Amino acid sequence: MTPPSTPDPILRTDRLGRAVKDKVLIADATFEVRAGKVLAIVGPSGSGKSSLLRLLNRLDEPTSGTVYLGQTDYRQIAPRDLRRKLGMVNQRPYLFPGTVEQNLRFGPLQRGEPLSQDAIDQLLLRVGLNGYASRNVSNLSGGEAQRVSVARTLANSPEVLLLDEPTSALDETSKLEVESCIQNIIRNQRLTCILVTHDTAQATRLAECALLLEGGRVTRAGPIHEVLHA
Amino acid sequence: MLKVFFSDQLPLGLAQALVAALAAMFVVLLARRRGIHLESETIIAMVRGLVQIVAVGSILLLLLRGPRWTSGLLLAFMIIAAGATSARRAKGMPGAFQVSACSIALGAGSIIALMTWLGVIDTAITSLVPVGSMLIANSMNTNGLALNRLRADVLAHVGEIETALALGAETKNSVAPYVQASFEASLIPAIDSLRSLGIVWIPGLMAGMMLSGARPVYAAIYQFVVLAMIFAASGLTSLVSTLLIRERIFTTAQQLILQPGR
Repeated sequence: MTPPSTPDPILRTDRLGRAVKDKVLIADATFEVRAGKVLAIVGPSGSGKSSLLRLLNRLDEPTSGTVYLGQTDYRQIAPRDLRRKLGMVNQRPYLFPGTVEQNLRFGPLQRGEPLSQDAIDQLLLRVGLNGYASRNVSNLSGGEAQRVSVARTLANSPEVLLLDEPTSALDETSKLEVESCIQNIIRNQRLTCILVTHDTAQATRLAECALLLEGGRVTRAGPIHEVLHA
Repeated sequence: MLKVFFSDQLPLGLAQALVAALAAMFVVLLARRRGIHLESETIIAMVRGLVQIVAVGSILLLLLRGPRWTSGLLLAFMIIAAGATSARRAKGMPGAFQVSACSIALGAGSIIALMTWLGVIDTAITSLVPVGSMLIANSMNTNGLALNRLRADVLAHVGEIETALALGAETKNSVAPYVQASFEASLIPAIDSLRSLGIVWIPGLMAGMMLSGARPVYAAIYQFVVLAMIFAASGLTSLVSTLLIRERIFTTAQQLILQPGR
């Protein structure tokens, strides 16, 4: 009898690091995420969690090491394609002026691909905002805006979803709404996800594994309970 | 009143400069009371401006007797100096001097060349240098305004720009609204000058032409010609500089270089 095969990592970092003017933001970060899994990056404020996520999305350039998407060094992938594949949701939604629908169309339009009305309806359904397509984004609540931001990222059909403290700027009710929406998406679609959070309870609810970042270094990695309760 | 105390032109001019500078310093002191510190920048700018204009006046006096090609040399020097001055308004923007000098050369330089070739600007040094310098100076101001506004807008919207990049936008699309806003804002002074010509202000060139014997209607039309040329040169400069700097605020990996605190 052969043991069940574990899927290859969809994303792997190799001694990834970034230093700016002699200040080390991330040092020697080596970890991997397997397809369909949720990895939480936890750590105290200023430990480099968001900096690490920006490196994965290549919004910042590593000064050492690299990231592999599948078997490909991500520096071999055009930045625009890479960012489509590694969809990112920020702490603040940063919606563009206009309607919800226009925001959802933004990503695909950058590749010259119009998004069908049916696809828009499906995306809004996934984030629990059906019927919101024609609403102006200036009239949305904080939680609704963040859910539009999630749908806008999903419109690009990312292979990995990067979530940077997606609920930390929200009130308690909105936080639960957005977390529930994210949970549904990653559970139903088995979407690979990297979640940055300072909220260990949230990390436990959403992720299977975690890595603890302290002073820009990975000090612990493994199953979520082992990392958080060691 | 000053003429009562000074009969000779040179002491009179210096006294007039001193009084005008005192008026400027009064405004600086008012600003200081509101916590806005412009003292050193204003004093340095005024001293520099006075020394420069007196020096250029003396050089012009020599050039007026020289060959015509010297005006080209002088205008080229002005373009480089204008590039250096307006680049200071773009702190932290990579290649601001090259972009500014290039844009002013393309904007003001091309309009000066075209208008001289068409006979709108006379090739005599006494005409080409003053009119050319007006176009260069205004292009410099417009360029400084455009870069300064773009810098402020980009720094204030880093989140929006990086969100667009993260969604797969091209760099030019991610900053398009801010490039457009800075271009429009930079042209406000040139548009207002054209709009208020003859109503709010009667520029010195027209007055000077009338004093030197030109027909008033021709002097008035020529003043419009100069302002229209200023608008064309400024607009072209701003257009070129915002497009050139747009490419320089990103790395080759399409990462935004201009970041708060960096």
